Amino acid sequence: MTSWIEKQRSILDYTLSSLIRRKGKNISLFIVYTLVVFILASAMFFTEAMKREASLILKGAPEMVVQRLLMGRYDPIPLDYLQKIRGIRGVISADARLWGYYYDPAVGANYTVMAPRNQSIAQGKIIIGKGIARVRMINKGDILSFHAYDGQVRSFTIDGELPAASELVSADLILITEAGFRDLFGFPASHATDIVVSVRNPQELLTIARKISEQLPDTRPIIRDEIVRTYDSVFDWRGGMVIVLIMMALLAFVIFAWEKASGLSAEEKREIGILKAIGWETSDVIAVKTYEGSVVSFFSFAFGILLAYGHVFFSSAFLFAPALKGWSVLYPDFRITPFIDPHQVGILFFLTVVPYTVATIVPSWRAAIVDPDSVMRS
Amino acid sequence: MILHPAIVALVLVSFLIGGMMIYSAFFGVRIIGRWDIKSGSEEQLALERKTYLISTILSYVFVFQIGSLFLYVYTADSLHNLFVGAMCAAGSLYVDPYGYPTFILKILNCILAGLWLIVNYVDNRAYDYPLIRKKYVMLLILTPFFITEGISQWLYFAQMRADVITSCCGSLFSSERSGVGSEIAGLPVKAAMAGFYLSLVLTFATGLVFLIKEKWGRLFSFASGLLFLMSCVALVSFISLYFYELPTHHCPFCVLQREYGYIGYLLYAALLTGAVSGLGVGVLVTIRGGASLSGTLPLVQRRLAMICFLAYAMFAGISIYRMVSTDFTLGLF
Amino acid sequence: MIRLLNVRKGFNLGRTNEFIAVGGVDLSLEGNRITVLKGPSGSGKTTLLSLIGCMSRPTSGRISLLRNLLGNNGFLKDGDTPEVEVTSLPERFLTEIRRQTFGFIFQQLNLIKGVTVLENILLPAYPLGKKHGVVKKRAEELLDMFGLGDRAAARVEWLSGGEAQRVAIARALMNDPPIIIADEPTAHLDSKLSREFMDIIAHLKGQGKTIIIASHDPLVFEAPVVDRVIAVRDGMIDGAGA
Repeated sequence: MTSWIEKQRSILDYTLSSLIRRKGKNISLFIVYTLVVFILASAMFFTEAMKREASLILKGAPEMVVQRLLMGRYDPIPLDYLQKIRGIRGVISADARLWGYYYDPAVGANYTVMAPRNQSIAQGKIIIGKGIARVRMINKGDILSFHAYDGQVRSFTIDGELPAASELVSADLILITEAGFRDLFGFPASHATDIVVSVRNPQELLTIARKISEQLPDTRPIIRDEIVRTYDSVFDWRGGMVIVLIMMALLAFVIFAWEKASGLSAEEKREIGILKAIGWETSDVIAVKTYEGSVVSFFSFAFGILLAYGHVFFSSAFLFAPALKGWSVLYPDFRITPFIDPHQVGILFFLTVVPYTVATIVPSWRAAIVDPDSVMRS
Repeated sequence: MILHPAIVALVLVSFLIGGMMIYSAFFGVRIIGRWDIKSGSEEQLALERKTYLISTILSYVFVFQIGSLFLYVYTADSLHNLFVGAMCAAGSLYVDPYGYPTFILKILNCILAGLWLIVNYVDNRAYDYPLIRKKYVMLLILTPFFITEGISQWLYFAQMRADVITSCCGSLFSSERSGVGSEIAGLPVKAAMAGFYLSLVLTFATGLVFLIKEKWGRLFSFASGLLFLMSCVALVSFISLYFYELPTHHCPFCVLQREYGYIGYLLYAALLTGAVSGLGVGVLVTIRGGASLSGTLPLVQRRLAMICFLAYAMFAGISIYRMVSTDFTLGLF
Repeated sequence: MIRLLNVRKGFNLGRTNEFIAVGGVDLSLEGNRITVLKGPSGSGKTTLLSLIGCMSRPTSGRISLLRNLLGNNGFLKDGDTPEVEVTSLPERFLTEIRRQTFGFIFQQLNLIKGVTVLENILLPAYPLGKKHGVVKKRAEELLDMFGLGDRAAARVEWLSGGEAQRVAIARALMNDPPIIIADEPTAHLDSKLSREFMDIIAHLKGQGKTIIIASHDPLVFEAPVVDRVIAVRDGMIDGAGA
C-alpha cells in the first residue's frame, strides 16, 4: 500500500514537471476549457439565482388570489364577491386589491400602479420606486403627470421613494390613493382588480379554492404554490435551453480536447518511448496522462467557476442579463445574492469534466502503448 | 420532458457510459474469440494492449456511475417542488413508473462495475491472465444492464410533466395525482430490526470464519449481500426515523441533505463499499483461477473481507450511535 | 543464464511490407561476461537486443532467463524450474522483469530534455514505488561514483558529451540490474570517450554485471575486456561466435 502511494506520488511529481515544461501547449487548452466552464457556470448560476430571487419574492405573496374571468380573459372582480368568499369556512380574510399597469411613452416603460391597503397616502400624492425616479430623473417634491383614461392629464406630487432594499420588486412601482387610482383609470367603484384570500389551514387551500370556483363559477383562484412551480419550471426550462444551446460549444470543445490529446509532438512521443524503454509500464504512462488531465481539469474547472461567480454575483451577469432577465426597461440595479450549492457544481462537473475526460481516454491510451523498443529503432 | 440542467447532465453521462460500455464490449468479443497468450503474433500483442484501454474505460465508468447515482437522487430531490404532493426525492421518483427502476439499476450497476474491477485487478496480477475470458464474458453481461439503465432513465425524464399553470382559462386545479406519495410506507419495524441485526451478526460471524479458516467464503459473500439489502430496508423502516426524529418520515433520501450534515453520503458510501467488497469475495471464490493466482487470490480475498468488515461496521456504527444518542424513540422498548 | 531457442521476430506479417528482423536464432549467453553482437546496421542486432532485454516479444521461439536474475517479482516466486520462460509473458510482466533485471544504454542516450540530471537518473525507479529518500540516496551515490555529484541540479542539455554519456550509464544502473544492455553506445563518441566508456564497462564487469553490447565499432568488439563476439547478419548468427 505504501509502495503504491509512493509510486503514485513519483508519477504525479513527474506529471507536474512535464506539464510545466509544456506550458505553451497546455495554456491554450486551459483557456478554452476555462471559457467553457465559465459560460456554462454563468448560465447556471444566473438562472438558479433568478429562481431563488423569484421564490423569495413569492414568499411574501398572498397564499391565494381570486380573479374574475370574462370570455376566458381576466376582468375586474365585483366587490360583492368579497362577502361570499368570507362566508366560506376556513377563510380568515378576503381583501380587494387595486393595481394595474401604466405605459409611459416618455421612457417607453410600464409602471405598476397600485393602491396600497395598509398604507395611507395623502390626496394628490404618490410614492414611486427607485427605477422610475432614475429614468425620469425626478425626486421628492416634483410633479409627475399621467394621461388618464379620458385623455386628460392628472398630476401628482411625489411624496417619497420606496426603500432600495426591495428594489427588484419595487423599481417600477407607483403607490397611489384609492380615489386617485379609480380616477386615473376610470375604474368603477364597485369593482377591484382581484381579491386576496388567506386561509386558516394551508392544507385546506385546494378545498377552499374548489369551493370558491363552485360558488363563483366565473372566478379563478390561483394558489401561490402553483405560481412558484410555474416559475421554477420556466426558469429550469430557460436554463436547460441555454445549456442545450451551449452543447454545440461543448461539442467543439470536446473535439478540441481530443485533438490536443491526440496531437503529440515528436518530442513528447520520444519522451514516452524513453520512459517505457527504461521500465515504465503502459499503465504507468496512462496514469501520467490521467493525472495530466485531472490537473488541467481541476484548474480550469476551479478558475472557470470562480470567474462565473464573480460575473454573476458581482457584476450582475452583465454579459447576458439582457437575454435572460426579462422584458423590463426599468432594470433594477440590484446585486444577486451570492449562492452556490454542491448540486450545481456537480452538474457542471458532469457537463464539462466528464466529457473532457472521456474524450481523452483513447488518445491517452494510444500515447501509452508506444513500443518500448521504439527508441532503439529510430 | 423537463429541460433542467441536471437532467441534461444525467442524460449526457448515460450516453457516454453506454457508449463506453458498447465500445468495450465490442473489443471484449474479439478478445474472447481470439485471445492466445502463448502467441507472439501482432494481433495478440494488439489485443493485450486493448486490455489496458478497457481497464481504463471501466475504471472511469465505475467512477462516473457512482457520481451519476448521487446526482440522480439529488436531482430527483431538487425537482420535487414541480410536482404536487412530492416532498422530496421519494415523491419525485414516483412521478412515473421509471423513477425507481432507474434508481435500482444505478445501484446495481455501481456494484457490477465494482465487481468487474475486482476481477480485473486480480487477473492482472497473474502472469498468464487466467481469468481473461471469464472477465470479458462478464463484461458482455454487464453491458445490457448499463444500456437498460440509460433507456430507463431517459423514459423517466421524458415522461415527466411538471404540474404548472398551463392554461389561463381551463380548469386550473392541480389534480391530485394518485400515486405520488411523498412517504415511503414503513415496514414493520420489529421485523426489519430483527432482519438487520441477524444479517449483521451472520456477516461478521461467517466473515471471521473466512478470515481465520479460509472457508465459507461464499456463505460470507451471500451474507454480506443480504446485509446490504437488509440495511436498505432498515434505513427505510427505522434508521431514517432516528435521523429525522419524526415517527412517520421513512424517506431514505433526505439523509443526503444538508440539514442532516450530508451524513447520508457516508452511510451510502459505506453500504456500497460493503456490498462490492463482500460480493467480490464470493465472485473470487467462485471463479477461482489457476496456479498462477494461488499467491494473489487469498490475499485479495482477505483484504476485501476486511474492507467489507470496516464498511459495514461504519454503517452499523453510525446508525446505532444515532439511535442511542438521540432522545427520539420509537417506543418499542 | 540467457537462452534463446529458435527465436524469430517479424513485423507486418502477412502484409506486403512484411519484414523478418530476426530469423531463427539459437543462442546461449553466460553470466558476468561482456558479449558483443557485431554486425552492420540493419543486421537485426538491435532487434535481438530488444528481445533479450524483454522489450518485445518474439513472434515465435523461446527465451528463458535464470530465475535468480528476476529480482523479487511476486508473480514468479514459487516456481521450481531453475529457468523461467519469458516468451509468453504479457507486456505488464515483461516490464516488471525488465526494470529490475536489465539496465539500458542507448545509442542516442535518450535522456529527457528539460529535466535535471538527478531526475533523469531517478526515472527508472519511479514505478518501483520505493521510498523517495532511499531512491534519491542511491541516485546521488551513482552521481558521485561517476564524478557528476556537482551536476545533479543541471539540466541534461547543458552537459558535455562525456557527462551525458555517464548520466545515461548511471540511469541504467539505477535499479541495480544484473544485466546491462548497450545499443551502439559509442556511435556518437570520439575515440577518447569511447575508450572511457569501455573502461567503465570493464569496471562494471568487475562488479559482477553481465554486459551485452550491440556495436559495429572495432574499438568495442576488439577491446581486450570483451569475452565473446557474436557476428550477426540478416537476422541470423554467423558461425558459432568467437
